[in-house]
Amino acid sequence: MSSPSAPWRATTRTRTGTLVALLALALIVAGLVLPAFASRRLIQDLFYILTMLTLAQIWNLLAGYGGLVSVGQQAFVGIGAYALFGGVILGGMDPLLAILLGGAAGLVLAIPMAFFAFRLHGAYFAIGTWVIAETTRLLIAQWKALGGGTGTSLPRAATSDMIGVAQVAELFGVRDAAARDILAYWIALLLAVALIAGIYALLRSRLGLALIAVRDNAEAAASVGVDVRWLKWAVFLIASVATGLTGALIFLQTARISPDAAFAITDWTAYVIFIVVIGGIGTIEGPILGVLVFFALRSTLADYGSWYLLTLGLTAIVAMIFAPKGLWGLLSARTGWHLFPIRHRLIGPADGGER
Amino acid sequence: MIWLDTIVQGILLGGLYALFATGLSLVFGIMRLVNLAHGDMIVLAAYLILVLVTGLGLSPWLAVLIAAPLMFALGWLLQRVVLNRVLGPDILPPLLVTFGLSIAIQNALLEGFSADSRRIPNPDLEGASVALGPVTVGVMPVLTFASAVLVIVILNRVIYGTPLGRSFRATSDDPVTAGLMGIEPMKVFAVATGIAMMVVTVAALYLGTRANFDPAIGPARLIYAFQAVIIGGLGSLWGTLAGGVIIGVAQTLGAAVNPEWQILAGHLAFLLVLLVRPRGLFPRARD
Repeated sequence: MSSPSAPWRATTRTRTGTLVALLALALIVAGLVLPAFASRRLIQDLFYILTMLTLAQIWNLLAGYGGLVSVGQQAFVGIGAYALFGGVILGGMDPLLAILLGGAAGLVLAIPMAFFAFRLHGAYFAIGTWVIAETTRLLIAQWKALGGGTGTSLPRAATSDMIGVAQVAELFGVRDAAARDILAYWIALLLAVALIAGIYALLRSRLGLALIAVRDNAEAAASVGVDVRWLKWAVFLIASVATGLTGALIFLQTARISPDAAFAITDWTAYVIFIVVIGGIGTIEGPILGVLVFFALRSTLADYGSWYLLTLGLTAIVAMIFAPKGLWGLLSARTGWHLFPIRHRLIGPADGGER
Repeated sequence: MIWLDTIVQGILLGGLYALFATGLSLVFGIMRLVNLAHGDMIVLAAYLILVLVTGLGLSPWLAVLIAAPLMFALGWLLQRVVLNRVLGPDILPPLLVTFGLSIAIQNALLEGFSADSRRIPNPDLEGASVALGPVTVGVMPVLTFASAVLVIVILNRVIYGTPLGRSFRATSDDPVTAGLMGIEPMKVFAVATGIAMMVVTVAALYLGTRANFDPAIGPARLIYAFQAVIIGGLGSLWGTLAGGVIIGVAQTLGAAVNPEWQILAGHLAFLLVLLVRPRGLFPRARD
């Protein structure tokens, strides 16, 4: 690997990383062809897991890397979902294309939200984002054309004429409703993979290095020329667009919306925070592990209602006190695994390249 | 006249919000900790008072006297066992721990008391009213406001006039130096949280006797408390009262126009203050 002209170089590549990349590729291909074999129930479960994973990765980017602990993410899920419904019901758009409106709406809300919330710091930023999410919910509930406080459904004509539904139904020989689920699942898979790849690329770039420097010590980072303010805006806007898209997709699949469901702090923020905390904050692996644990807990304890949430709350407290880096942190410390290596290591001629 | 009446009701409602906010303000002032479970603590205390009143047949006032030391002990324990472990320069751990606590308390109450809305019976004062100049006001709202003022007077006395208050202020300014002077910050924090929980108990009495409550209403109370603290400016208890009054008046005015706009009007007033005076109206602490 060493050449005389460049004997030393900084790299983030490791052998595990390459192996994981190949494994991930195989998993993605398997995920794409899965609808040919899987039951509709499994596809729906996977849709839920993938969208929660996407939300968890976004929140992890905000809080774990950007230091922006937001408890107002439900604002972007809600506004994205309402933008989709508005586009379809009022604008007559195709629901699939209207998902993009969700991302745009996330951006439009993020700018005033950041303007207000960035005036607050730390814990006050957290509650500030929550207040703005509540304000957005109450304002949307006044929008009578989309059902006001009680909500509305996507018209049946729009959902069955959606681009791709007929083709998927023919391809797998299923009904329209099942075809819609498969389509939504594919988009969720695409979104999750694109987001994780995007975050990984971001963290390996100069921007990512700056982000991690700011997280570790904002003053020291600023002293070596990192523009902290600009960086926080960038992360917040990226996260808002991605959350808006995810929100639109989630409610495209349910085809029914109400302000309370779309702006639910428990579903779109509390669960997401638990996934990240239990899995391991500040790593890409953490939310992936977290969402699997979360779904397993949900499936086994779902019948116990409030006991389930009680357990989840207490687990998060215990995790934060005894394993602040989450399950992945424990695992990584034992095994030294880094599935998504982001550390820039100096490789010299003596190392002979990769380790 | 109807507007004057609305504004007076709003000011009195502000007293309740100030009671919600005072404990939050105190804890933040001393240890820079925002307890996201604060609203749920108020609801928890309300259920405690309810159990004492309906289970033992006590009068609500006596029930508060019993509940307050219990809540003090709970706050003290919570701080010593859980919160002291996560305090530090990183704001994330305390936030996440109190967020988990909030969810846990809500669901524990839901399991124990069901989702039915309850009310602390207070036959002496329910519906009682007095004429206050041109407007008639309920006795309960007036008592609430008076209690808020009394609580703030007492807390200010404690903070600025007692050795305990001196250790509060010293720890707030610089825990390391305070430690060198023989103060143990962790013990000071535990006492402060205990006192905050006693204020929470007073707030819970009025929350529970004035209107119905259920396990899910905590987070909304946290938001009102938070808004009052930010509007008033960090570190000033009188500012917190002023903040509570502003939220209260905004809400009653909003509700007078359209009942659906009550909460929205409070939020908008908060955002307006944040826009014009980002550090609040009477800021003292620099954070």
